[in-house]
Amino acid sequence: MPYGPHTPADRRTMLEAIGVESVDDLFADIPAGLRANGLDLPDSQPELELAARLEGLAGRNRTDLASFLGAGAYRHYQPAAVDQILLRGEWYTAYTPYQPEVSQGTLQSIYEYQSLLAELIGLDVVSASHYDGAAATAEAALMTCRATGRRRILVSRAIHRHYRETLATYLSGGDLELTEIPTIASGDAAGTTDLAALERSLADAAQPVAGVIAGQPNFLGLLEPMAEIGGLAHAAGALFVAVIEPVSLAVLAPPGAYGADIAAGEGQSLGIPVQYGGPYLGVLATTDALVRQIPGRLVGLTHDLDGNRAFVMTLRAREQDIRRERAASNICTNQALLALAASIYLACLGPHGLRDVAALGAARAAELAEALTQAGAGRLHPGPYLNEFVLRVPDARSVHRRLLEQGVLAGLVLADMEPDDPSLVDGLLVCATEVTTQADIGRFADALRAELGGAQWA
Amino acid sequence: MGVTGPRLQATLFEKSRPGRGGGKIPHPPKDALERLPAAARRVIPPALPELNEPEVVRHYVNLSQLNFAIDTGFYPLGSCTMKFNPKLNEWAARLPGFASLHPLAPDETAQGTLQVLWELEEILAEISGMAAVTLQPAAGAQGELTGILMIRAYHRSRGDTERLEVLVPDSSHGTNPATASMAGFRTITIPSAADGGVDLAAFKSALGPRTAAVMITNPSTLGLFETRIGELLEAVHAAGALAYMDGANLNAILGRFKPGQAGFDVMHINTHKTFSTPHGGGGPGAGPVGVGPRLVPFLPAPRILREPDGAFRLERPGERPASIGRLRSFVGNTGVLVRAYAYLRAHGGDGLQEVSNDAVLAANYLKSRLVGTYDVPYERACKHEFVASAASIKRVTGIRTLDIAKRLIDYGFHPPTIYFPLIVEEGMLIEPTETESIETMDAFVEALVRIAAEAVDSPELVHEAPHGAPVRRLDEATAARQPNLRWRPMTGAETPCPD
Amino acid sequence: MVPQDLRYTVDHEWVRVSGQTATVGITQFAAEQLGDIVFVELPAVGRELVAQATFGVVESVKAVSDLFSPVGGTVAEVNAALAGQPELVNSDPYGEGWMLKLSLADATEVDRLLEPNAYEQLTSEA
Repeated sequence: MPYGPHTPADRRTMLEAIGVESVDDLFADIPAGLRANGLDLPDSQPELELAARLEGLAGRNRTDLASFLGAGAYRHYQPAAVDQILLRGEWYTAYTPYQPEVSQGTLQSIYEYQSLLAELIGLDVVSASHYDGAAATAEAALMTCRATGRRRILVSRAIHRHYRETLATYLSGGDLELTEIPTIASGDAAGTTDLAALERSLADAAQPVAGVIAGQPNFLGLLEPMAEIGGLAHAAGALFVAVIEPVSLAVLAPPGAYGADIAAGEGQSLGIPVQYGGPYLGVLATTDALVRQIPGRLVGLTHDLDGNRAFVMTLRAREQDIRRERAASNICTNQALLALAASIYLACLGPHGLRDVAALGAARAAELAEALTQAGAGRLHPGPYLNEFVLRVPDARSVHRRLLEQGVLAGLVLADMEPDDPSLVDGLLVCATEVTTQADIGRFADALRAELGGAQWA
Repeated sequence: MGVTGPRLQATLFEKSRPGRGGGKIPHPPKDALERLPAAARRVIPPALPELNEPEVVRHYVNLSQLNFAIDTGFYPLGSCTMKFNPKLNEWAARLPGFASLHPLAPDETAQGTLQVLWELEEILAEISGMAAVTLQPAAGAQGELTGILMIRAYHRSRGDTERLEVLVPDSSHGTNPATASMAGFRTITIPSAADGGVDLAAFKSALGPRTAAVMITNPSTLGLFETRIGELLEAVHAAGALAYMDGANLNAILGRFKPGQAGFDVMHINTHKTFSTPHGGGGPGAGPVGVGPRLVPFLPAPRILREPDGAFRLERPGERPASIGRLRSFVGNTGVLVRAYAYLRAHGGDGLQEVSNDAVLAANYLKSRLVGTYDVPYERACKHEFVASAASIKRVTGIRTLDIAKRLIDYGFHPPTIYFPLIVEEGMLIEPTETESIETMDAFVEALVRIAAEAVDSPELVHEAPHGAPVRRLDEATAARQPNLRWRPMTGAETPCPD
Repeated sequence: MVPQDLRYTVDHEWVRVSGQTATVGITQFAAEQLGDIVFVELPAVGRELVAQATFGVVESVKAVSDLFSPVGGTVAEVNAALAGQPELVNSDPYGEGWMLKLSLADATEVDRLLEPNAYEQLTSEA
């Protein structure tokens, strides 16, 4: 065994102390009929060979592409200091800080995470932490049902399909109802949440709504009228859940400013590698009024017997190990190390650095839109966007495939993601961030121009 | 109240000085945001701290040194399997090919990761004795929810809509009943038998046409193998219910007991316990779920498929309508799963069996050495962990398990899990794991023996412990009564956006 | 010694009857078992409660417990001070730590509750 300390003599010492002949005796209580006979698995591999194997597998992934893929997971520059700090064993090999006297590092870092995200989001309470953006959004929906005693959730169709599917899964448990609010089909507001449809759904007195969920920016990269959506929700006695992307909050109005009761979202964009889907960081925030409804860990500031400032997990009675079947959620293990990564990232960048990340991404996206328009394909929706938008091209799936052969990952084929939405059949969802280079934009535009052969789709 | 302890740190916010930092990101063009509508723009910039890199590094390095961790010492936290976290695995997960792969990357560009995940599913299916595995759940609790939702879908698919109850023993993890509630079930708690195991008669009388599932941890949270498990599984299935196994204690039984083979219908695995992926101060984990043949159709989407030509792909939207759906944004905590894969390949089949052998050997050794000083309420051979109790010490000296746990900190050890399971008075659940040497375990025993003596000779010393930790015991009541959950900087809050 | 002018339940609530009004709280024994109480959740005024109905929750740092109404009635008043000072339940469980006042539905229900000595015996066995 590669990491075990025991010599044959150690094992003999232990067997003698226990008073048994062999280790098999310690398993004699497994009923004979139920005993397994070993494991049919490949042999162990020495580290040198295993390292080579892992490098080979990693090398089979194509990460050399000029990528314009976002759609809920965003490539950002992570300052070198972040991973250097994360690699300290005191952080990543510690357990949940149940013993606060020897966990002040983790506890203070979580308190600082709560504070940083609360400042960014403009709400009072941030829990630390949830699995990812979709799971945090589902927890937000369950919160609204607990807080209002109602059983129906309205979600904008311009929320990521995977989030809506996750909502459906989580809500199915309590037989709670999920209704999708369509987007506007055409005109200046095309691709954003249909407020008239929202108002109609909210007006159904027979099925009062617990929570309304909309995203800023939405899945298609467009900016939503969040204050209006929140106003409609509140007028019907529902809570308003904003699905957010934290980097954008350096430049976009925060949920606290437009009246959201809960903010949920994906914290991966705070410098966490995209790493094929996880581990990410589910962000969940709310107002003081709803603090007892929020699931997930909370760390509070207090003091020790000597009066030293100290930090401790608090409001623990909400959690599963104490409240059992009446807990706010079953969450236990969370994404603490990713919350730490996000905090270090924010500390390294500061407010101005974070604003530069958001603004540079917006600038690159505008350059991308301009270059692609000149190449013959324009945006599908006319409304304002931050750093992601839908490109309209004929036969998007084939174009996407042929560009891939030329080393360009031309975003997401929306016909694959949303096969039932005819308005998106020609759409490629593309994004730019501060790591997108002008050379990559040029490569994309040139390849697209060649592909379209001079035709104009703008 | 001040930051007066010698090693404590002021917060990032207190260390902030306007104008510090920078140099990381190129400046964007001045007009970068002008195309955004004013109503959508942020008016008051976030008052985030401003620090230069050396200050950030010192802040976090100094904070880290306030933590106990596996890399600093023995962490015998029962039920948590705090084994060594191999360093190769950290390196592997950071390989750019793995770390930079986008979750929506076309399948043909993701073959390396898809192969890792597919092979990992195969390995976990063999270990669990299950027909198939999903890697999607982010942690054990989400794995439980996945499993219980699949059980619900299974019953409903048969028109069996009256099964609304989930039975759990009183020694179960809190996540079990919390999960049952999230999935819309009513929890029925079954008291344990006198020997700490499942009370077969009590289960049998509770089982019936309303039972959807039984959730069992095996070995139990007392570290004991459930010897009546075969009869229990028969009774569960005879009642038309399904059996869920909480796999938290899998480290004891690798290659010795395969839950699927034995008759469990579904189980979750905690990679951050059994397969050494780091706990990270609370997460991330991964909670793969194995299922028997009856539940395969209901597995979450997307599954990872291997085509006849050997290429791997993800299921497409709607490809398998019976699926319970999706539980998260993307396919799984892949970075964690890469680490687990590396661990499993490093060990191989024989190595994994040795893991369980040595984990069980170590736990029984520690137990045998503590008998006589501490109460050991269940004397038969334990598996990878065991419960000791300070009940006798408390009766004589007034010193409680909490005090002993805190005093262990002064001796350089992390305390065991205390007051869990709830059914043992003054319990401490001790799990040494297979990666701790006999010298370390002996030193731990010696510390516990000395503390037992201190409880008699100088109880105040124990009652006021820890004495050498960065802070002393905390005022948790004030923290909960007047929650202070965020720093309120407010500096700069009145300044408008600089652009 | 528990106060002699009160009646008790096996769930460790006490009742003080004054005319048609019953004041309800939890006993000192219960408060000590729970430890430092950090939060008390109480019902809205006007809510109708039957005997043994759950009327709220009391939380300590490491435990949580349901509160059961000893008798039936309408909630006439709740102790608003507990919102800011839940520790009153620890420091003065029979006085300032009271939880709610009920307009009794059926005063004879009080007669079924435990006498002080019976409750004392119950806790001494625990």
